[in-house]
Amino acid sequence: MNMKDLRNKQLRVVNLGLEIFADELKNQNVPVTHVRWRPPAGGKPHLLEILEKLEELDK
Amino acid sequence: MPLARLVLPSFYQDSVKLMRLAREIGKKKGVSEVAALMGTPANHEILLQAGLAGDGEADAGPNDLVLAVEADTQELAYEVIEEAKAFLTQARVAGGDESDFSPSSLAGALAAAPELNLAMISVPGAYAAKEAMDALRSGLHVFLFSDNVPVDDEVALKREAIQRDLLLMGPDCGTAYIGGAGLGFTNAVKPGRVGCIAASGTGLQAVAAQLDALGEGISHGIGVGGRDLSAEVGGLMTLHALDFLADDPETEIVALISKPPDAEVLPKIEEALENFDKPHVVCFLGAANPDWAETLEDAGQAVAAILKGESYKPENFFSQTGLKEKIASIRPEGAAGEGILGLFSGGTLAHESRLILEGLLGEVSWNEEAGRHRILDLGDDRYTVGRPHPMIDPESRAEMVSQAAMDGSLGVVLFDVMLGRGSAQDPASPLARAITEAKERVRTPIIVASVVGTADDPQDLDAQVRILENAGVVVLPSNAQAARFAAALVKPELIENA
Repeated sequence: MNMKDLRNKQLRVVNLGLEIFADELKNQNVPVTHVRWRPPAGGKPHLLEILEKLEELDK
Repeated sequence: MPLARLVLPSFYQDSVKLMRLAREIGKKKGVSEVAALMGTPANHEILLQAGLAGDGEADAGPNDLVLAVEADTQELAYEVIEEAKAFLTQARVAGGDESDFSPSSLAGALAAAPELNLAMISVPGAYAAKEAMDALRSGLHVFLFSDNVPVDDEVALKREAIQRDLLLMGPDCGTAYIGGAGLGFTNAVKPGRVGCIAASGTGLQAVAAQLDALGEGISHGIGVGGRDLSAEVGGLMTLHALDFLADDPETEIVALISKPPDAEVLPKIEEALENFDKPHVVCFLGAANPDWAETLEDAGQAVAAILKGESYKPENFFSQTGLKEKIASIRPEGAAGEGILGLFSGGTLAHESRLILEGLLGEVSWNEEAGRHRILDLGDDRYTVGRPHPMIDPESRAEMVSQAAMDGSLGVVLFDVMLGRGSAQDPASPLARAITEAKERVRTPIIVASVVGTADDPQDLDAQVRILENAGVVVLPSNAQAARFAAALVKPELIENA
């Protein structure tokens, strides 16, 4: 997907966060996948840091 | 007062949903305080300050939902808590329908639907940059609504986006139009031939809605975030968006709407515009350049005029026929007091009003500063801690309008009403109610407003204007005109000298 595709292809949206935005896209018949997002690592900063380090190692 | 509390562990809900729930429950007779918050450190502080903190929920984390209700009786408080819990649990079960697949991560969403091409991200700021970077690296354009994203992260995200030939709209981007679809807070505008690049939200909404009224439509409206033209970010996304619109066959003309660029960045933008071979209108609010549009309204009018092959020269608002008579008919004895208080839901509209009033009346205070004339941007973080944005929930602003309407020291109360997708269903009614009640009790200041909306918006533009006018509000066709009208009310010499 690059800038040109934005003109030529149907917009398909993934929504992370406020569900109201997914609802408004559905009302416009724009295909949207709403993610049941939640803070990673239980929202605990020290666990998140460890998680991110593991992810980096994984790459 | 009796208090009931409940913690629902591992029950993450987004903030808008929770604030709406709290507002609904709070209307119940006998209920005085309601909190429905995730257990973040900031929210624990809010609970503490509101006197709603208990011993039990100190351990509640950001994934745990804290419900607290203060009511006339203990029985009622418990009853309301149970109702809220039942409502949230049911909503969750209903949302888990298989026909409406909802993955738990971006990676999960992409695995199930690889054709996704844009990510809308409105998660709390601390997590936003990572999600946005993951989306870009997966080849998705990003609309980043989240605020509190550090500027270093913004630069890194924009560089990544440009390298991949993608858009990174934001952070703190409220509005965008991509190929006819509105993202975030948008008005129902026709698709058309005008491309817009705008800093954040309500400026783009105002210009797009005005173009719609003038019979023009939007090809793309790209939000670049309020810091894009700062020295740190260097206009990265503005320049990228200009390239995109230059190549876009649908776009015949471009409007660029923002606060003025940093002095270091301005030459880069000017150079890009010189090499831009489509007509364009620049509106850098607060910049003194006779080639640029001074107000959002002028920007819209100039675009429409150019498309008709005409030139546009703004008229002097104060020399129009009938203005003096209009003011005399509204309040023959003149304004009640001298000051103007602006209570705005749209950040760009608040900023524009302040600039206009300062040009006409001298110093205008901003937010908390005291002063004769004062503009409040009620969408600013300082006013939205623990409560919804006034565009989503008009009730808290209606309370402020109510107080202002009773304030004898004020001559004019000035506000905006934002319609469109994402905005409240009926923002005019709570404001009108507050004003009508005040009018029954005191001689109120003159109430002046403008409404941003289109005929196809879900709220019905005409009906919203009527509701305000029936409450005695003077509704002007644009934000700039509303500010100038307010100035004329407290300083009649503006008309005499025009």
